[in-house]
Amino acid sequence: MIGRVEMFGLASLLAIVPLGAATAAEVNLYTTREPGLIKPLLDAYTAKSGVTVNTVFVEKGLAERVAAEGARAQADVLMTVDIGNLIDLVDRGLAQPVRSTILEAAIPAPLRDADGRWFALSMRARVVYADKTMPQKSIAYEELADPKWKGKLCLRSGQHPYNTALIAHHLVKHGPEKTEAWLTGLKANLARKPAGGDRDVARDILAGTCEIGLGNSYYVGLMRSGRGGPDQQKWGDAITVAMPTFQGGGTHVNVSGAVVAKNAPNREEAVKLLEYLVSDAAQGLYAKADYEYPVKAGAPVDPLLTALGPLVIDPVPLADIARSRKAASLLLDKVGFDN
Amino acid sequence: MSGASAAIAADTPHGAAPAAGQSSRRARRASFAWGFGALALALLVLSPVVSLVIAAAQGSGELWPHLLAHVLPQAMRETALLLAGVGLLVVGLGAGAAWLVTAYEFPGRRWLEAGLLLPMAVPTYIVAYAYLDLMHPIGPVQTALRGVLGYARPRDLVLPDLRSLPGCILLLGFVLYPYVYLPTRALFLMQAANLVEAARMLGRSPASVFLRVALPMARPAIALGASLALMEALNDIGAAEFLGVRTLTVQVYATWVNRSDLAGAAQIALVMLVAVAALVAVERRARRGRGFAGTAQRSRAMARTPLRGWAPAGAMALGLVPVAIGFLIPASYLAQAAATRIARTGFPETILPEIGNTLLYAGLATAIAALLGVLVACAPRLVSERFGPALIRVASLGYALPGAILAIGLLGPLALADTAVSAALQATLGSAPALIGLGTGSALVIAYLIRFLAVSVGTCEAGLARVPPSLPDAARMLGRGPTATLRHVQLPLTWPAALSGALLVFVDCVKELPATLLLRPLNVETLATHLYGEAARGTYEDGTIAALLIVAVGLIPVAILLRLGAPHADGRANRRES
Repeated sequence: MIGRVEMFGLASLLAIVPLGAATAAEVNLYTTREPGLIKPLLDAYTAKSGVTVNTVFVEKGLAERVAAEGARAQADVLMTVDIGNLIDLVDRGLAQPVRSTILEAAIPAPLRDADGRWFALSMRARVVYADKTMPQKSIAYEELADPKWKGKLCLRSGQHPYNTALIAHHLVKHGPEKTEAWLTGLKANLARKPAGGDRDVARDILAGTCEIGLGNSYYVGLMRSGRGGPDQQKWGDAITVAMPTFQGGGTHVNVSGAVVAKNAPNREEAVKLLEYLVSDAAQGLYAKADYEYPVKAGAPVDPLLTALGPLVIDPVPLADIARSRKAASLLLDKVGFDN
Repeated sequence: MSGASAAIAADTPHGAAPAAGQSSRRARRASFAWGFGALALALLVLSPVVSLVIAAAQGSGELWPHLLAHVLPQAMRETALLLAGVGLLVVGLGAGAAWLVTAYEFPGRRWLEAGLLLPMAVPTYIVAYAYLDLMHPIGPVQTALRGVLGYARPRDLVLPDLRSLPGCILLLGFVLYPYVYLPTRALFLMQAANLVEAARMLGRSPASVFLRVALPMARPAIALGASLALMEALNDIGAAEFLGVRTLTVQVYATWVNRSDLAGAAQIALVMLVAVAALVAVERRARRGRGFAGTAQRSRAMARTPLRGWAPAGAMALGLVPVAIGFLIPASYLAQAAATRIARTGFPETILPEIGNTLLYAGLATAIAALLGVLVACAPRLVSERFGPALIRVASLGYALPGAILAIGLLGPLALADTAVSAALQATLGSAPALIGLGTGSALVIAYLIRFLAVSVGTCEAGLARVPPSLPDAARMLGRGPTATLRHVQLPLTWPAALSGALLVFVDCVKELPATLLLRPLNVETLATHLYGEAARGTYEDGTIAALLIVAVGLIPVAILLRLGAPHADGRANRRES
């Protein structure tokens, strides 16, 4: 076993594996999504189509690596989360336009590029986690800056893409002055320094450190299903989840998505993989395996998510949010949000 | 290029070698080869830095007014406090522990000697996760405490939060002190007994012997270990971000990732690099001119003082504190989590190839880094007194950059090398593989090498500081070439230090994350990337098996060091010198 492993390692080390020259169909996927999240989808695809999906999970620097590989890049599909990251791939010229009636039929227009350079594959809402005693069941993002939450709010770092995108969304809706005031209000309400992850908000609510906070919707499913272990189940059960909206608008959602790489050596296979990912079966898996919202209308949503109430997506286009990301990040520094 | 290497080679210590004689001609040829090798290595190590400079130059600098107004005051304060705190802690713990196990004899000392290395095998961010689980208001420690004190709810007893600067300092200090402990211990082992024994005979108290004699003599090793630990702390992203500490490095990532501003991130990283280089230079200047070397006469290793009465138990208890906090407590928590997972979902089947990949890449990089470490550290004596130290500084650059930034800097040079090599192959063989550097394991090995060469060069250098310069100088004046001098004089005297350097490099490679994540080939996972893949999606408990295996794989070299290193340092070293 070890012998074979080392042989494989050596082979890849010396690059004597002629990639792409194999007879069976293959597709190469560079992804910032963790292997545990996408493996069920890819395994199902291989089982169905017989196509081998070679993957590498790259977190920071995906775009830089693909850019450096240039025309010799192995990458066919680039998969990432956060609309800012998706559009960044397009802006750097790393994506190519794709026309596919299957993709266009499955994905609503606001969730894909008009020129087919990026496609959202799943959605997550930024929702409110709150103490069980919280009286109101509906709340606006703007209200979180209300002084009545002073010393009661828990958040992860503002510079985390999940929060930065929400703040960028607020910027688009309300402009810089109001957003700065909102951030200042949020900061004044913090019960502790922004730290940890989204699930720490639930854990800290259970501990009584805070009473309210923000987190992604799929973490609720992950915690409450017990898939993250019995401790996390306790955190998930300790909170009540409200579906917040912007005042007079809808809920902030972000997406996971993919692009077909500019220099994809297996372009056809790349498109086929994307088309599979918006099939009913795959969209169902996104919901079942990862507790994400499917992008395809009518695809099933996990009961743990439907329990959060109906999702009404705010009309601000994702691309506008992505374009405000940098301004949001600078504003966070300006108010010293994470300090 | 050859002109430059000739200049390096001609600048041999104490003027040119004797003009006549075949052996001196051979020596001169060897000097040329050394000069050329040194230049090639310097180019390799500098390549990512140069590509970052190019990236930084593409930025406009518009970032800086923003940074100065809103970011730097706070980030620099936080970073300085973090480094000061971690520095005090690692020096105190590392040098204290090294003295305890080399100056005193007590039952279990050999176990403690090895055990003290353990904390460095656990990635810092995993220790942070584990400790937050343990110390959280609803974690086991505070729950038990409330039970004892009779409090009902978590909010009735509010203790300081681990997610804070002091929490981060404590955590990093107890995990990083082995970087000081290991070289300092190696140095104490090589230290001549006469000074310490003279101090003891003059009636100095044990504390005074440690503070007045042992510590000052160990300064090269302590300075090296502390600088390595501080660079680890400075470049740490996982633990700092998780614990809510906003260091400069966190700011580099925010600039790069959240604002798609690689140029700005490279600018901050390079300014940090210059600051680190300046600090290291200041420390070296302050140390210059002081002799730390032993004498060419035969010297004995210091005899350990046997402890009596309650003292052995006290020594053991004292020594166990850092082991417990840095390793035993988080590791047993991880072991318990891993056991639960295995019981629930079975042993992950991918783990065997992951172990293989980890060992392969880390092993290759360590072997090369260890060899180059000795060569570079010896360069000032063997090749050129003028350029040798510069080569050491250059070779140590990779450690002073955040790992992901270094890896990004390496992408460009690797792509260039790929283009050149595939053009050459195409011309000679008529065909070339798609990628030779990028996207293959060789990129990983090169990245590890550049990043951790500082560790092996530094440890060898600290070891060499104890070798009296008269020995290699004598060999050179007798007409021996640099290679022969290295083989017959310096290698035999420094190999304990080289071994401990290699051990540090290996453990560093095994747990290295950002470069591995960015540069590894398709379908290749290591233990570190497996663990991170789980941690990043919020199921780090699922990755605990990989975390424990990182520790286990890190333990193999500890065992080797115990078997080879300790008896050698105790006995054989003296025999060889006499």
